[in-house]
Formats: sequence, structure tokens, C-alpha cells
Amino acid sequence: MKKSHIFGIGIIAVAIAIIVSTAGDASTYVNFTQAEQLAMNGNDGSIHVVGKLKKDASGQIQEMAYQPEVDPNYFMFTLLDNDGREQKVVYRSPKPQDFDKSEQVVVIGKMEKDHFEAEKILLKCPSKYNNDKLETTEYQAAQL
Amino acid sequence: MIHNLYGDAGRLFVIIAFVSALVATFAYFKSVVSSTNLNDVPVWKRFARIAFFIHAAAVAGVVFCLYWIIGNHYFEYHYAWDNSSLSLPTEYVISSFWQDQEGSFLLWIFWNVVLGLVLIVTNRSWEGPVMAIFALVQAFLASMILGVVIPGLDLKIGSTPFLLLREALPEIPIWKTNPDFIPKDGNGLNPLLQNYWMVIHPPTLFLGFATTLIPFSFAMAGLWTKQIKEWIRPALPWALFSAMILGVGILMGAYWAYETLNFGGYWNWDPVENTSFVPWLVLVGTIHVMIIARKNATALKTSFILAIATFVMILYSTFMTRSGVLGNASVHSFTDLGLSGQLLIYLMTFIVLSVGLLIYRWKLLPSDEKEVSTYSPEFWIFIGATLLCLSGFQILATTSIPVYNAIAESFGKLLNLALPTDPIEHYNKFQIWFFALITILTGIGQYFWWKRTGEGRLNTLYPPLLITLILSAVFITLGEVRTISYIVLLTAAVFSIVANGTILLNIIGGNYKLSGGAVTHIGVALMLIGILFSSGYTRVVSLNNSGLMISRSEEFTKNDNKENKENVTLWLNKPSQMGKYMLTWRDVRVEPRYVPGYIPKGWVEIIENDFHAVALRDIVVDDKTYYKTGDTLEIYPENFYYEIEYREPSGKIFTLYPRAQINPRMGLISSPDIQRKYNKDLYTYVSMVTNPLDEGKWSPTEEFTVAMKDTFFVNDYVAILDNVVRTDQVDGVELGENDAAVKAIIRVLDTDHEYIIDPSFVIRDRTVGRKAQVSDELGLRIQFNEINPQTGEFTFAVNTKQRDFIVMKALEKPLINVLWLGTFVLVIGFVMATVRRFRDIFKHQNREVASNPVKPRARKPELQG
Repeated sequence: MKKSHIFGIGIIAVAIAIIVSTAGDASTYVNFTQAEQLAMNGNDGSIHVVGKLKKDASGQIQEMAYQPEVDPNYFMFTLLDNDGREQKVVYRSPKPQDFDKSEQVVVIGKMEKDHFEAEKILLKCPSKYNNDKLETTEYQAAQL
Repeated sequence: MIHNLYGDAGRLFVIIAFVSALVATFAYFKSVVSSTNLNDVPVWKRFARIAFFIHAAAVAGVVFCLYWIIGNHYFEYHYAWDNSSLSLPTEYVISSFWQDQEGSFLLWIFWNVVLGLVLIVTNRSWEGPVMAIFALVQAFLASMILGVVIPGLDLKIGSTPFLLLREALPEIPIWKTNPDFIPKDGNGLNPLLQNYWMVIHPPTLFLGFATTLIPFSFAMAGLWTKQIKEWIRPALPWALFSAMILGVGILMGAYWAYETLNFGGYWNWDPVENTSFVPWLVLVGTIHVMIIARKNATALKTSFILAIATFVMILYSTFMTRSGVLGNASVHSFTDLGLSGQLLIYLMTFIVLSVGLLIYRWKLLPSDEKEVSTYSPEFWIFIGATLLCLSGFQILATTSIPVYNAIAESFGKLLNLALPTDPIEHYNKFQIWFFALITILTGIGQYFWWKRTGEGRLNTLYPPLLITLILSAVFITLGEVRTISYIVLLTAAVFSIVANGTILLNIIGGNYKLSGGAVTHIGVALMLIGILFSSGYTRVVSLNNSGLMISRSEEFTKNDNKENKENVTLWLNKPSQMGKYMLTWRDVRVEPRYVPGYIPKGWVEIIENDFHAVALRDIVVDDKTYYKTGDTLEIYPENFYYEIEYREPSGKIFTLYPRAQINPRMGLISSPDIQRKYNKDLYTYVSMVTNPLDEGKWSPTEEFTVAMKDTFFVNDYVAILDNVVRTDQVDGVELGENDAAVKAIIRVLDTDHEYIIDPSFVIRDRTVGRKAQVSDELGLRIQFNEINPQTGEFTFAVNTKQRDFIVMKALEKPLINVLWLGTFVLVIGFVMATVRRFRDIFKHQNREVASNPVKPRARKPELQG
């Protein structure tokens, strides 16, 4: 076998490994029901859930708690996914600054027993610059 | 008055620029194709050149018009209104030019014009084919800012920066009542972008993007005119220049992110970052195969492929960041302007043209007669270039996930894929190993190239290997590096420094002209060491060890208590221990424009919705009085700095000022402050603050009637009325002869600190005045309400509020300066290599001219040597 063939096969092998790992590490967008099923089947990869904050008629956010004086690293809120299912979400980091203004929230993490454990939060807030556009900001829970 | 002239002129210039680019493309094309009568070639060339000059003038006109509109604050134009404001300092007015997509396209067009003119002047022999490609690219780019609607078809081409506000936002009701309405002030520039790096980073990056067109054009020209090998020489210095500028541009962005954003690093694996890094990797690969292309036919073929790939990657990157396909995936992609179709056509045109031409000419390309030897430098350089490309491929494969979704969607399928949640882990799986190998190859390649290491001479590699092993062992022990991949990467980087350093010292020696490669490689190795330590060994300093979260014991005791406790809460003026430091949050400060440093917020009253403030006291900094009480001063109204005092165990004190920007529509944005030491950075930012403009809500008044020395409870504190004394001075009240004033001394006990609050009770002109005292530290306001002489009791009115606090985080980043040092070394190396290759072509051109005395320039070759 010629050297160039070995070389070519090597490159193809690495490329395949790259593609497989990309497919393996890629996360998916799901709703809370699917997230729960995934967790029950022992699938512990991180997933994305898109949703909205639970608000009352006057636009007040419901069931949200952040008490920095007690613990700055614990933030809890309730998210309604696109199918309207309600879910308690825990984010072990300070509450993102413009959280209250967000129109849409993407939580990235895993389903636990009674709550969704968010590692990262993406917020879609009304953009400062384009009145009709939303702007994304990203927050990541710290990892030790 | 609406300044229609500049917008109309601007639009006209864009159209001229577009049309002249098309004309130049056609004329340059005609000057090259074989069907053109030989006598007509100079005519076509001259015509094409004139068209390109017109194009250049028109682009200058567009740039001028847009600047004029922004610089003179013509807020009737959407672009000026959207991206600038009256309060914006000059340097940021400049940067608001490229804040939106249209302006950044314009910046790119501008650089291409500059580069095109340089090429016309310096390289006449390649002008025809190279400039044909250039002009075609310019036509595509100019079409992006045309903003022309084709009548009948309802097809919009491009998006113009010269839209009037009423054209851009026609739904606003004000136009019905006042069609000539002009806003008083603009939206302003995103405060995050109000940073000096953001003034120079985009132009540098776009110059980097623009320069990748040059190697591509030469490769295309080489294929087109069948000068299969000759294109390498003029293209190589430009490829080096391009890699330097693009690299510097990317690193400026990284440095800006480190200084301004609060994710705690310089690289976030964001799709926008990745899509500029991938072309750079491919470009560096291109340079390496181009260097060996004259000796090796496989490398020559690869040079074509990679020069094309670099440019296509730039187009792909443009498509990804500007078409809106990234959507949720990126924090800082541009908003969708509806250009995705146009961008896709642009991308596809150049893929089809270049790949088509390469296939068409493939049979003309030479092949190697025998296989390249494993002992030849070419072999190792080729492997290195391959690894660079694989590294780029891995990043691209993941970054393109949103594109897979879009493609699947266009076939009616829902893929719902998302980017990996832990990008660092995902990318490092491959990149650490790729870069370890690449750095090793930089050393081996140089040895094979300069030391003639080869068959039977492998022993020349022993000395650097030996030194590397000793040095790495020392570093691994001292740095306590325990992770296998880190150990490998560190050893590889040390080897690269030793090997390239040896080459630098004893082979190239005094001939600095040839040492660009070795210097660049050392720079890369230093950068990798800096990245390894600063990222791999970032240490969180702000571990919350106050024990306050015991209330949630179950959640916090699991995982050995390691659940995120990385942020600490600091109460105003209340010291708390963080790691080895004693931390105290002292004050909130604001940033005046013409006073050095920051001044306490309490010194001024900020005028709402303005960039002025009124001085509440004399503003004295370093014994110099800048403003008197009552003066108006200019400030940066969005910036607030949190004065955080660090006391080291030795008693040494230093202060950091992390910033929070309050923007009415963006909320709070936090930026770090960094204490820089030679061996590590201490990186501090506030992760949460209460709005400093918000006074806070006082609770309803509660009254306490107490006797002397009585104890009472306010806001959960124990308070003691120590004394009531006569006083002659009450702030803000003039006391006359017959007036009297007393103040109460109330001692408030906090867990580890005592505070005195002393409200006053004044009898002035027989009326009672009360002067309340506020303690921000305790969130208390106490007013002295009544004195009852009969019972000897005193009545106080007490309001409480949330005590002021911030939540902050601090990180230690070891050896980050090695990364920046490596960056400088890398740039110096690139400059050396670029200069060398430019000298090379000029020498070559002169030689050609000298051997061909027909051309007029041959008369004075000595001037150009």
C-alpha cells in the first residue's frame, strides 16, 4: 500500500470520528414531556427547552424566587414550554440581570426528579436596537 | 430640516459603485480571454482600470456620505438614529459606522478597494485576471447595500444604510401628524461596544477578511491563464499578510471579550468567533503548502484547493453570521436583513466558479513522479497543514449545526439539533490533540528544513528532545499539571519553543530575514501555554464560605458541598472573607468625562436621560479641583463602577472597579475589572447589583417611643438610644440665636459592627424641624419625631428597606500574560515572514524587468532594488 493511501485513510478516519463526535455531542430542542421521558430512559445528555415565563394577567412573573441575601447561587423560576406545560426550573447561579424583561427563555440542562436543572439560560429580550426584533443573551451556570 | 442630499448622493454612489464594478469585471475579463484580439487587450485593460477607479471613487463617496450623516447627527436617517447619539464621544461615533450590517459591508468594500488599487499599482502583469475576480467580488458586495426594489417583481436587492427613519419605521404614528419629525437624539451605541478595542477590532478583522481574496484571486488567475506555478510567488506574501491581519483581528476580539464580557474568558466557542477562526486555520495551512509547492506537485494541487477553501470559508462565515441561520445559537450574530438569498447566491457563485475552474484545469496540474519521502521536510509540512485543516473541519462541523437544521427544514424535516451544551469539552476532545501534534510538527518541520535532518541524521533531533523533556518535567511538577492531555500539550509546546529557538539561534543566526517562521512558531507555542494555564487552571476565588446557605442544606451538601457557590454576596461597607482576601464593597462610582478615574455617585446628581450631572460638592481629585458645587459636568451616564476593596493577608490593600452598565432598554450589563500581575490576573465582576438609579422602597413608617438607654428592634437589629445631646450644627439647616437643636445618638448593633445613627430635632423660629438620618449599610432611616418632657421618652419614626448588596464573582487566571506575549511574538514573526516574501517578489520582478528590456521600467532597475 502506498503512503498516500495510508495518509488518505487516516484523514478519512479522523473526519469520521469528528462527525460521529459532533452527532454524539449535539444537543436537541425538546419540550418538558419529552425531557422527562429522556431522563426516565436514563438518557442524561443536556437538552434545550424553549419556553415562556409564567405570568399573571397583569404581566407579573409568577413562582420565581431569588434571595441573594440567603444564597446568591440559587435561582428558581417556573417555565411554560411551547405545549403549555409548567415546570419548575432551578439555576444554580445568580439570576440573570435582564431576566424579568425576557420574552422567551431557552433553558439548557437536564430533567431531575421534581425540577429542571438548568446549566445555561438563553434569554430573548426585546432588542434595544430593533423594536420588533428579539435579542439573545446567554448565561451559564458556573461549574466547579 | 431633512438633509435629503447626503442620502440621495449616497444611494447614487452605491449604484455607481455596483455598476462600475460590473463593468470593470467584464472589461478585465475581456482583457484576459483568448478570444480578444491581442491589439485590443491594452484597450480593454485601460477601460477596466478606469471603471475600477470610478468604482473606487464611488465607494469613497458612499463612505463619506454615511460618515457625514453619522458625524453630523442627522437623526432623520435610520442608521444615524439607530447607532449613534449626541452624547457619544468621537471615537465611538466612528465605530458606530460599522455597528450595523450595511456599514460593515461597506467597510469590507472599502478595504477591497484599497487592496485592489495597491495590486493595480504593484502588480501589472497579473492585473487582468486578478482584478476581474476582485471586481466581481465588489459587485456582489455592493449589491448587498443597494437597497433597490425591482418594480413589478417586488424583489428587494440589498439593504441600504441611507434609509430615512420614516422609511425604515413607517408604522410609527408620528409620521401622520408630523412627516418632518426628526428625533432629538439617537438610540446610541450598544454600551458593550463602547470600548477602544471595538474601534479597531472590526476594521482589522474586515481587512483580514478582505485580504483572503488576494491569494484566492491569484490562484484563480493562475488556473485561468495557465500559470500553474507562477501565481504562488506574488500570492504568498499576501497570504502571510492576510493571516497576520486576520489573526490580529480575531485576537483583538478575544481580548475585548476578556476585558468587557463577563463569561470570564477570551474565547467562548461562539459560532461567530469560530467562523472567523476556521478560515484562519485553513489560511495558515495554505501558506505552508504554498511554501513547498514549488518542489512538490501534491502541495501545489493542495495550494489551489486550500486557497479556494479559505475564501469560501470567509463567504460561508459571512453567510452564517448575516443570514439569520444562527438564530438562537449565537449571541452576537447580526439580525436578519432578508439578505440570505443574496448571500447564498454570492457563496454558491464563487464555489461553482472556483471549483469548476479547478476541475477544468486539473489535468494541467503536474503530478509527483515518485512518492515523497518520510525524511523530507515537505512530508512533515504537508502533515502539519493537513492537521490544521482537520482542526478547522472539526470546529466547522459543529458550528454548522444550525445550518443542518435549516437544510433539513427546507426538505420539510425537523431536525431540532442544538449546539453541544459543553462546547469546551466538545472542542477540546479534538483540538488539544490536534494542536499538540501541530506544535510538535512546527519543531520537526523546521529541523528537517534547516538542519537537513533526514535519513540517518535523526540524531540531530536528540538535543532539543532532551532539553524539552527536562524543561517539561520541571514545568509539570511546578505547575502541578496532572491531566494527561495538558501534559502532552505542554510538552509539545515546550518542544516547539526549544526546537524553533535552536533553529533561530544557530542556523539562521544573524539572518533575521529568514527567521519569520521560527519566531511565529514560538509565538504559537507560547500562546498555547498561556491558554493551557489560564483556561485549564482558572481558579474561582469567590467561593461562598459564609455558611449562609445552610437553609438549603440538602441541595448544598450533596456532591461534597461542591454545588455552585462561586458567587459571594457583599453588603455595603461590610467586610467579608473571600479566599485569602478580605473584601469590602465601599461605594458606587460614576465616570466623569474630563476627570481622571471614577468619582463617588453621591458627589453628583445625574440628570435623567442626559449625559450631564450636577456636582453636589466640589469635585476634587488628587488635590485638583475640577468642578465647583452646582457645576454641570459631562459623564458617561450608563457606567457605574463598584468600588471593591481587597485586603491581602499582608495588610496590603488594592481596589477593583468592576462595571455595571445600566441601559434603559438593555437592562444591566456587567464588565469585569482585572488586577494584572505578571504571573496571573485577578478577574472580578459583579453578577448582580441593585439598580443604582433606584432609590429602593422604604417600608411604611413604624414609631418607637423609648426612654434613654432603652433597647428596641429595627430591621432585625438591636438599637440602643445612647444619649440625646444638644448640638450646634445640623447639616442643611441654618441655626439662629434663639433656635435650638438636639440629636439622638442611636447605636445599632450588627453582627460584627456597630453603627451610630444620629437624627436631629430642631426648633427654629418656634417651629419644629426634623432631620432624618439614613444608613445605606443597614437600610435604615430614623427620624427624631417627638420629645415628651413629662415622661422623659422620645419618639422615633423608622423606615427600613432592603440593604444594598452586590453579588460578585472573582477568578484567578494564571499565566494569561504568556498568551498575550505569544500573540506579540506571533505577530512579529508574521511581519518578518511577510516582509521577506514581499522583498522576494520585488527582487523577482526587477530581475524579470532587467531581462526584458522592452519594458520602459527596465531603464532604472537600480532604483527599485
